[in-house]
Amino acid sequence: MGAVVSLDGLLDQRRVWKGRPQVQAQGLQPSGHAALDRALPGGGWPPAALTEILLAAQGCGELHLLWPSLARLTANGERVVLVAPPFIPYAPAWQAAGVDLQWLTLIETAADEVLWAAEQCLRSGSCGAVLCWPHKADDRALRRLQVAAESGQTLAFALRPLQAAVNPSPAALRIAIDAQPAQWRVLKCRGGLAPSMPIACAGRG
Amino acid sequence: MLWACILLPQLALDAVQRGRADPDTPLVLLSGPPQRRVLQAVNAAAAALGLRAGQALTSAQALAGNFTCVDHDPAAIEALEQLLAAWAYRFSSQVSLQYPRVLLLEVESSLGLFGPWPAFEARLRAELNALGFRQRIVLASNPVAARMLANCHDGLALDCPEQTRAALEQMPIERVGLPAEAASAFSRMGLRRLGQVMALPREALARRFAAAVQLHLDRLLGLRPMALSFYLPPDRFDLRLELNFDVESHQALLFPLRRLINDLTAFLAGRDSGVQRFTLHLEHAEGADTCVAVGLLAVERDPLMLFELARGRLEQLQLRAPVRNLRLQTEDLPAFVPQHRELFDPRPQQNQPWEQLRERLRARLGDTAVHSLSAQADHRPECAWRLDPAVRLAPMAPAALRPGWLLAEPQALPGVGVQLLTGAERIESGWWDGGDVRRDYYRVQTPTGLYAWAYRNLGEEGPLWLQGWFA
Repeated sequence: MGAVVSLDGLLDQRRVWKGRPQVQAQGLQPSGHAALDRALPGGGWPPAALTEILLAAQGCGELHLLWPSLARLTANGERVVLVAPPFIPYAPAWQAAGVDLQWLTLIETAADEVLWAAEQCLRSGSCGAVLCWPHKADDRALRRLQVAAESGQTLAFALRPLQAAVNPSPAALRIAIDAQPAQWRVLKCRGGLAPSMPIACAGRG
Repeated sequence: MLWACILLPQLALDAVQRGRADPDTPLVLLSGPPQRRVLQAVNAAAAALGLRAGQALTSAQALAGNFTCVDHDPAAIEALEQLLAAWAYRFSSQVSLQYPRVLLLEVESSLGLFGPWPAFEARLRAELNALGFRQRIVLASNPVAARMLANCHDGLALDCPEQTRAALEQMPIERVGLPAEAASAFSRMGLRRLGQVMALPREALARRFAAAVQLHLDRLLGLRPMALSFYLPPDRFDLRLELNFDVESHQALLFPLRRLINDLTAFLAGRDSGVQRFTLHLEHAEGADTCVAVGLLAVERDPLMLFELARGRLEQLQLRAPVRNLRLQTEDLPAFVPQHRELFDPRPQQNQPWEQLRERLRARLGDTAVHSLSAQADHRPECAWRLDPAVRLAPMAPAALRPGWLLAEPQALPGVGVQLLTGAERIESGWWDGGDVRRDYYRVQTPTGLYAWAYRNLGEEGPLWLQGWFA
């Protein structure tokens, strides 16, 4: 004991592992909401990863959150796929939000095929974003979506009820949408600490 | 002109073996009358058991017990020759099936595209191996010489008449296709090689032998032309694969299915066409065939994709009886237009284009699963959108704020705690087509803080009807 061990020597011998902050590309997939982009470590959606959106109720503001991104993607000629949405996307409103409908695709499917269809779309790499409404998604299913999003380099969104927030999830980003007051809460974001303060939804109501 | 001769020495055996997933089990082809069955051909594994072509079946059974017997079917061989001609048609416009088990191709005019010859030959061999046929390939300056040289050579390439002549002179006299009695007469005269016969004076030959002998010799040397009938590809594709055993599971159908699809794409490549719909017939021992129709939205000819799609349809099928034969039929062969691709693809890791993905989804989820969406110029919310539009309208200027989600059926909204946020917006339309609508629409907030779009019919009291969510 007592021998002075230099820190550099330890590091050179690889006996001490030093965690490095991973350099993240900034602003690859901006969400289009300035307040949210500032709060997220990558300056927007995590590219090529799964984002989980937890809804207080169906229709509580998910389109308000996603529309700017979808409009940007379809304007760039990237395909956006909706897998088994709970309601009919009302075309005039989507158009008014700036979404180019020719790049929007709707997949109607039975509840047990939602994850399969979403995974195929993600894995193919031919879509810009895939939104799915899984009915029952366990940890394994979400992990499959996450891997598929990585291999296809595609934005993946899984929209689930807020009750699922208590379960751990492999998603790179988890956002809860509250209806009252209208706000977003970032529950988890890979590559940074989740901001503790909720973010008010601007322009809603 | 240069002629390539592709000799398929084991066509009958290959024809059977390529439809089976087990190349290493002993297999023999049988022919002859039922009283005296004779082994027509044996594969390598059967030869290792001591079986030889020409043996009687009874003696073969005495030698070895477990080998698979398949009846030799000349009609199937003929169909296969047609398929191979269709395949070869891709490489040359002049393909002849003049000789049995032989493809003759005029290749000099194809060398500019596929050549030089060594590369071309390697490609022919690779594709034939992929299709499951063993082959011998000889190139010579005339078709008859190419055919006869293929009797003794493999891989020979002679690109001028002098070389061809030199090679022909070395050929044994029995192997050049002369009439049998003439060949034996020559060899009894001590003339073992074709060169010795060609050295004889023409007049003496003409006096001693039939005219056919001189004609054949002249054709061999290219002195007299030979009229070949050329292959014309048909306008439909119909191929049948006999499984020779009862198949009860999808898994066992996949290997023959892959074969059929590969044959189909070889045929399509020859015609430079694609396929948009085809039918798989699963033939049973009795009863009508089970038909699996595969329809595509776009013309395709990629074997992997066609296989995936056919497999997707097949897996949904309940087989009601074991399958004996598999047959692939298509009448519809539209011209194939390759996909337009950017040289610098913005998404380089894209491993499956959207068209393929769409077909894949349709194959598993059903033909009506994948939709596109469009807005229609109509004030009634239920008429303002449409699935799978035939014509796409230019985006309209939004009249007023509209909800992003629309309910398929309006629902009664419980009146407690609902707060009207706007005044009424009257939508009154549709008197001309029977869907008459007279409603006052409100933007409302529910007690849980959701924004909804609800209406009340004009002149009606009661609860609001919820029709959409401002999500």
